[in-house]
Amino acid sequence: MNQPTPGGAVTSPGGQRRRALTKRLLLLPEISGIVLLVLVTVGFAIVAPAFLSMRSVVNILNIMPELGLVALGTTILIIAGEFDLSVGSVFALVPMVMLWLVNLGVPPAAAMALSLMVGMAIGAANGYITLHFAIPSFITTLGMLFIARSLAVILSNLAPPAFPPGMPVDFLVARIDRVQVSVIWLLVICAIAAVILHRTKIGNWIYATGGAQQAARDMGINTRAVKLSCFAACSLLAGFAGMIQTFRMQAPMASAGDGIELQAIAGAVIGGTALTGGVGSVLGALLGTILLRVIDTGMTTSRVDANWFQLAIGVLTVLSVVVNVVIRGRAARMRA
Amino acid sequence: MSDLPFLRCENLQKWYGGVHALKDVTLEFGRGAEVVGLLGDNGAGKSTLIKILSGAHRPDTGRILIDGTPARIRSPRDSMNLGIETIYQYTAMAPQMSIARNIFIGREPMRFNWLGPLGLLDRKMMNRVALQALRDVDLHLRSADTPVEELSGGERQGVAIARAMHFRSKMLILDEPTNHLSLKETTKVLDYVSALRTQGVSSIFISHNLHHIYPIADRMIVMARGAVVAELNRGDLSIEEVARLIV
Ligand SMILES: Nc1ncnc2c1ncn2[C@@H]1O[C@H](COP(=O)(O)OP(=O)(O)OP(=O)(O)O)[C@@H](O)[C@H]1O
Ligand SMILES: [Mg+2]
Repeated sequence: MNQPTPGGAVTSPGGQRRRALTKRLLLLPEISGIVLLVLVTVGFAIVAPAFLSMRSVVNILNIMPELGLVALGTTILIIAGEFDLSVGSVFALVPMVMLWLVNLGVPPAAAMALSLMVGMAIGAANGYITLHFAIPSFITTLGMLFIARSLAVILSNLAPPAFPPGMPVDFLVARIDRVQVSVIWLLVICAIAAVILHRTKIGNWIYATGGAQQAARDMGINTRAVKLSCFAACSLLAGFAGMIQTFRMQAPMASAGDGIELQAIAGAVIGGTALTGGVGSVLGALLGTILLRVIDTGMTTSRVDANWFQLAIGVLTVLSVVVNVVIRGRAARMRA
Repeated sequence: MSDLPFLRCENLQKWYGGVHALKDVTLEFGRGAEVVGLLGDNGAGKSTLIKILSGAHRPDTGRILIDGTPARIRSPRDSMNLGIETIYQYTAMAPQMSIARNIFIGREPMRFNWLGPLGLLDRKMMNRVALQALRDVDLHLRSADTPVEELSGGERQGVAIARAMHFRSKMLILDEPTNHLSLKETTKVLDYVSALRTQGVSSIFISHNLHHIYPIADRMIVMARGAVVAELNRGDLSIEEVARLIV
């Protein structure tokens, strides 16, 4: 049906459809991440044209997977309505456990599998304590942040942190024409996560649990099991990310991943994830990560003092949410 | 008409800490398709009773019989599987999710069902069936993709009702479904509920508004302080007399 516009003209059905589409687009939670990414990239390209060189792009790609995987796990957990502050410590602990096992004589593949299971178990413990005692995950995982970090330090003192020869590092950090294989891992894991979150039954349950826990429960969803799986997945991804970094550096560090939990939350938020749960996407987590890495690299390329990095993250985090609120407010008032 | 009621609860008791919310409640519902109005002042125990029937809470004592056999209702899922569909007083929808996804929460139509929770949603079917379910309750929305938060309170209630109607089988429980609804929308809800009877579905209808319940209820149950204080058949008392019972 044609509707008269305030000007008195009659809009075509096509125009109306286009407006509805624009509105949908502007209402996307990822919209401010996209806008900011474009602005920041253009900005750096103007200040330092070298920023758009192949070398710099490859460089951004290669440092993306670690933060990307942590941000992905964090995003999934936040969508389900919970937090994990311990991902940075798990990031250090899992590879530390792996190397400790290898030094004890465990075959590398088994050591990797076992240490990843430790990571998952830490997530499950976070989830169990949080859900069983009904305490905020902020508290549980804050405690775990200290516990896991401490264990990582103790382990690294126990066995001198040497990187044993003969570790199968290639499957994670080999380079295909300068691009590290871990980038492919990130993309594949993101693709799987996207299908799970947006297209499967459990994905539907994750959004429902985070968006309206009581309603989800009333509809027969086991919200506890859903959250527990998300805690475990988040921790597993953090451990895997830590493994990638250790393989890349070929040196375990007890201080690895320090502060990455906050960067991951920043990335999630910049990508449109709502801290109140129920809103967010894999694409958003990737966008947030790319943005943080672009700023990182862009500042180095344009020779900005690295100490401004944190300031930039801070401004962007707040700005992205503000931009989102403004755009969404405008779009909601749009006739469509 | 069968001689067994669809649902019978016996000696239900429920404490919340020190609050004795249900005191030895024995009731029958659905001896033939009927509309039962559940009345009572704030805190009378109405929501507590229906939460037990729908599996959201468990009683401390007592049992529930479905078609004469003791039933285990330990979760909302159990209740749904027995054919009881509930529209809760406060929680119905996940606001940021689409109408279609809300309608199918927990009962998603799947492709690759053998994958369990990792099976793929049949989104085409979800959208198609959701729109049909909405049309069935006379709610004509353009798309089932709209997030529920963009709907009016009445439309949201309409979606909750469409969901319950779509999955209904034996009994529908509605806890204050006419709250915050306009006059026109209220009339619609009341019409759905009376129409259920002709489809062989019983219902329990909770409302503070006697004028909503009185005209459509075959029976009325009045609760006060956790106990049943009156069970009335249609026409036993005038609306003024029923009103006096509630206070
Ligand atoms: N989760 C709970 N924890 C503690 N007490 C509760 C809980 N739910 C209900 N109660 C108490 O149990 C009693 C019965 O509450 P209920 O919700 O069943 O009343 P109601 O008849 O539905 O009232 P209303 O008309 O206000 O909805 C009240 O005294 C209430 O305070
Ligand atoms: Mg109530």
